[in-house]
Amino acid sequence: MSLDPPPLCRSPRWTQKLFDTPLNSLLSVVFLMAIVPGITAVLIWATTQAQWSVLAANVKLFLVGRYPVEWLWRLRIAVALLALVGGMAWGSVQRPQQPWQPLRNRSFLIGVAVAVGIAVMPMVLVAKLSLMLPILLVLLGDGLGRNLPLLRWLPLLGVVSGASLLWLIRGGLGLQQVATANWGGLLLTLFTAAVSLVLSFPLGVLLAFGRQSSLPVLRLTSTIYIEVLRGLPLIGVLFMALVMLPLLLPPDWTRPDPLIAATLGLAMTAAAYLAEVVRGGLQAIPRGQLEAARALGLHPVLTIALVLLPQALRLVLPALAGEAITLFKTTTLLSVFGFMELLGISSSVLANPDFIGRHAEVYLFIGAIYWAFCYLISRVSQSLENRLLDSR
Amino acid sequence: MLIRILFNRLPLLRDVRFWPIAGQAGLVLLLVGVGTLLGRNLTQNLHQAGIPIGFDFLSAPASFAIGEYLIPYSPSDSIAQALLVGLANTLRVTIIGIIFATLVGFMIGIARLSANPLLHQAATLYIEICRNTPLLLQLLFWYFVGFAQLPHIETQPSAIAGSYITNRGIAIPWFTLTSGSVTWLLLLSLGLLAGIGLRRFRQGDRPQWWVATIAIAILLAAVLTQTGPLAIDLPRISDTNQLEGGLQFSPEFTSLLVGLTLFIGSFIAEIVRAGIQSVPQGQWEAAQALGLKSPIALLTVIVPQALPAIVPPLTNQYLNLLKGTSLAIAIGYPDLYFVANTTFNRAGRAVETMLILIITYLSTNLSISLLMNAFNRSLQIHDR
Repeated sequence: MSLDPPPLCRSPRWTQKLFDTPLNSLLSVVFLMAIVPGITAVLIWATTQAQWSVLAANVKLFLVGRYPVEWLWRLRIAVALLALVGGMAWGSVQRPQQPWQPLRNRSFLIGVAVAVGIAVMPMVLVAKLSLMLPILLVLLGDGLGRNLPLLRWLPLLGVVSGASLLWLIRGGLGLQQVATANWGGLLLTLFTAAVSLVLSFPLGVLLAFGRQSSLPVLRLTSTIYIEVLRGLPLIGVLFMALVMLPLLLPPDWTRPDPLIAATLGLAMTAAAYLAEVVRGGLQAIPRGQLEAARALGLHPVLTIALVLLPQALRLVLPALAGEAITLFKTTTLLSVFGFMELLGISSSVLANPDFIGRHAEVYLFIGAIYWAFCYLISRVSQSLENRLLDSR
Repeated sequence: MLIRILFNRLPLLRDVRFWPIAGQAGLVLLLVGVGTLLGRNLTQNLHQAGIPIGFDFLSAPASFAIGEYLIPYSPSDSIAQALLVGLANTLRVTIIGIIFATLVGFMIGIARLSANPLLHQAATLYIEICRNTPLLLQLLFWYFVGFAQLPHIETQPSAIAGSYITNRGIAIPWFTLTSGSVTWLLLLSLGLLAGIGLRRFRQGDRPQWWVATIAIAILLAAVLTQTGPLAIDLPRISDTNQLEGGLQFSPEFTSLLVGLTLFIGSFIAEIVRAGIQSVPQGQWEAAQALGLKSPIALLTVIVPQALPAIVPPLTNQYLNLLKGTSLAIAIGYPDLYFVANTTFNRAGRAVETMLILIITYLSTNLSISLLMNAFNRSLQIHDR
């Protein structure tokens, strides 16, 4: 039983909190004096001096780089597919006991409002549709996910849609191939981040168990791998992947695609960091769980897959999301090696004589894109965490 | 163990002790096999390309210029010297960056917990922006956007408190040695020693003898040398629009330092916040009951107790800062990775360059970890 505190004092107002003590008043005044001129200067710059046309003129480059224009429809389909599947995944991890009430759901209303906003904006019909359609598909997928028992089919859905996305982007099997050198912009950033995350996950889990193992050879190998890759700057690992990998392959083989080498480098580093996160989760599981599984006569592999791993991953979900965010941000290092991902393509836009000195506009724009995706990842992880807490 | 397994009455394949040993032997075989295969490919490939293996190239002249150096360097020096210059530059940014990032992190972390809504919101905004955008982007932003806003050196900006802040770099007044610096140092240390000696013998004497001895030493030194211990070197802008004198920071160094400080500082801020929040509320109340004002309570009661929770993740951030310095290559600050990369482009020694990078970064990492672990242990002793 708990007692509510008696309503003796109301919490002070926002403005009162600014000046409640002499120290606070001083802080507030100094702070306002420092920050108000700064904000006005930025606002004046953004409205009068900044030339935002550099963004509108290069929007295709920022989004997909030098991807051939005649195949852009494939990417549109890919985005639509991603939106639908993403919406379904989001919807199906929401709390199942709640009936779906779209008019009471804030995200749904915001989504509809944004879609309507885009519909009335003065834009070309194609641009309008390609912005509106994904939003509506996310909402549709969300509704489907909430109402259909999709949760157990999610892994299969993920594999199938991942394969079709790769097919749509890369081509082959009846579609014209697009060389990886022509991929760029946000497309390349998302691709490398997603692929290296997917590749790093199994390796990271294996390494975490390897480091926990009682077998000395396995433990030593895993520990050395993890410590070396965590100790090196990622840029050094990418250097190795791009320079050393061709040297390590048999001389008569063709040189590997640099994008594959770089993605492998990213994945190998991410696996080392992931392994430490998973190990933290494994160490936090009470020993009784392992003993109980043994007492039931469960095979060691099944113990790991059904008892240890699900609990460990659930425990470290926020840290896993943190690693995903880090990985997403570190894809920018590819630009140092000449890849045309979001940061690389902006350097080449800025090298164009028409847009010389427009660094501030471009960097703020792509900074906003990175921020939005990182925010999305952390929001999804929070939602997933709530859902997992509920199902306990 | 092996013999006991072999002479056991159980069939070998049913013995629980057999499989772990066999599996590990298999793993060793696999690793050795893959290792030899890769090694053979490597030697074949290098042989085909006509690149020898060995570290003798380190003594060859580097013959490339390095923008800034702490230890003497010219293009005719050896490659090893160039790499040392790079390492010194890396350590310079790392050490100064660690100090500033810690200060920023603690200030923002405490501001995040402030009751003042302005401060709290501003700290939250800063943390959200810096943590969720890439470090490389932030570095480029400070280099290309931040520095471009500073007064241009061609306009001959006036000095602020003796310092110049221009688009070509920052220069602050600094100390230089005078002809009398050595005499000053000698006499001052003599005075200090004499003071310590006197205190040993005449403990409990009212007049503090060491004050007197040091005062005598200062008087003597001033009379003997006729100069101060150190002179102050004021920076200036030359006719050819170059910064001269004082302590100078190049745009590359400053951008890297500012970028790393703000990026790592935002992570440290969250660590500090979590650490402070992990201290039980009762400690605050106890400090208040003793009549301590809240800033004093924070510094003397709360933060010392939060440190054991702060230091281990803080160490991780210091290591991240060290690794982050390698992004200097994007803005042209000659750190270790920059110099190693230049060496690789000129000499083509991939394997040796890679080994040098691995060994240097890992040993620097290890030194930071060891230092911080020692600090962490010294905190544990005070713990009951």
